[in-house]
Amino acid sequence: MTDSDHTTRRTFLGLAGGAAASGLVPIVTVRTADATPAMLSSAIRNIVGEANVRTGKVKLDIPPLVENGNTVPMTVSVDSPMTADNYVKSIHVFNEKNPQPNIGNFYLRPGAGRAQVSTRIRLADSQKVTAIARLSDDTFWSVTADVVVTLAACTEEAI
Amino acid sequence: MPSALINVPARAKRGDVIEIKTLMSHIMETGYRHIASGEVVPRDIITSFTCRYNGTEIFRADLYPAIAANPFITFFTTVTESGKFEFEWIGDRGFSETASASILVE
Amino acid sequence: MKIIGCIAILTAIAGTALAADIPQSERRSGTSFMSPDTRAMQDEDTANPGMLWVLDGEALWRRKAGVADKACADCHTDARVSMKGVAAHYPAFEKAFGKPVDLEQRINLCRTNHQQATPLAYESHELLALAAYVARQSRGMPIETGDDPEIAPFVEQGRELFMQRQGQLNLGCANCHDDNWDKKLAGSAITQAHPTGYPLYRLEWQSLGSLQRRLRACITGIRAQPYDYGSPELVALELYLMSRARGMAIETPAVRP
Repeated sequence: MTDSDHTTRRTFLGLAGGAAASGLVPIVTVRTADATPAMLSSAIRNIVGEANVRTGKVKLDIPPLVENGNTVPMTVSVDSPMTADNYVKSIHVFNEKNPQPNIGNFYLRPGAGRAQVSTRIRLADSQKVTAIARLSDDTFWSVTADVVVTLAACTEEAI
Repeated sequence: MPSALINVPARAKRGDVIEIKTLMSHIMETGYRHIASGEVVPRDIITSFTCRYNGTEIFRADLYPAIAANPFITFFTTVTESGKFEFEWIGDRGFSETASASILVE
Repeated sequence: MKIIGCIAILTAIAGTALAADIPQSERRSGTSFMSPDTRAMQDEDTANPGMLWVLDGEALWRRKAGVADKACADCHTDARVSMKGVAAHYPAFEKAFGKPVDLEQRINLCRTNHQQATPLAYESHELLALAAYVARQSRGMPIETGDDPEIAPFVEQGRELFMQRQGQLNLGCANCHDDNWDKKLAGSAITQAHPTGYPLYRLEWQSLGSLQRRLRACITGIRAQPYDYGSPELVALELYLMSRARGMAIETPAVRP
């Protein structure tokens, strides 16, 4: 999720020199262009339409401070009896500042027994992650968590 | 052929809620990275994951570039009868892989 | 491989005097520096992405290769028995060369000598998969590298390289991993450089990688010219690091941030 070019390298070397002189600890993050809050709300509108999204019922387990933004474990669970007439239809996860706002959509059946999914995600920068659940009565519930992403001390580009 | 790891209990009691864990080998290239010469590395991701239990879809997911490499997805289901879970991953560049796991329900 | 970022505070610790080696009682695996989430990823096989390489390595172990049309399994049969404890001794002294070879080099020697196949490239999926599969058979067993008297001069060479300052930041490995292992570089823990889990899945890499890859990344991080894959210097460093981790348990395939 990071980018590399000559400007970045020069910027970094400059920072390195500065820190040697001042003894400060710079935290350098390098990233591509971000999604915007407008893109995030548009992505959410694509899922919920005009419906009202309420806060509650949804729990998002994600580390507040992650060791590496390339692989962030995440669990979303929804408070639901998961019966034939009261269940979670789907769970949608969004982020604020990756190049695009969608992370994943997960479609459940009442037979799931438990409305919970886990996966691992990428976060290009410190940002908010939002999970929205659509229940069988077509109401939408959400939760948002703040995640701080620090760049590893020494990183290398894979290619 | 890419490897997958599936964790489904070998046996369970009727009505038990079990957790199913899946790990699929895939680079999940975002399409947002550049090589040194400035060219974009084309997107190559898994876009869809489906689980069927004795032929009926019980779980499905749409994946985006923000899903980490080697996608790990876990979810739950109530077991009703012995049989087979079938898993399918579909993605860019014609990627299509399947795996299955059996369960004995007592 | 290009460095895209490294933390400049490295320069701030460059002046610290060298301390002695880490006392035996204070030795820790990199696992103990990780968050519970990353530890959970390592501890459960279905959650550990490194197991995907182990799985591929198992298939490669049985696949015939080379002019000799032999599979690893044709000579070594069941790796779960024949390879148990093997990785815990590597790098090991190779009499034919009069110098140590690491596990990846040993696999390639087997390929060229016995399978009459072309050696696998460093960091290729196949070599990582085979190395992970072989090393996995030693999981939980204590590291015993470096007890061969013939290898002692090479351990010492590795130790000297570990202590030696180099690069634009004028740092040696020891400046971080011996003297400052209880501190952090930005958000990341500085570990004690005990290579207990290689090849391992690094979240940063989103892939499995070898100890040589890790060493080269570290060397680039201090802005020095990394040694080539397979060079005597990298093998000596591997050897020193494994011998200083002697007695600690193999964790392959480990997960690290």
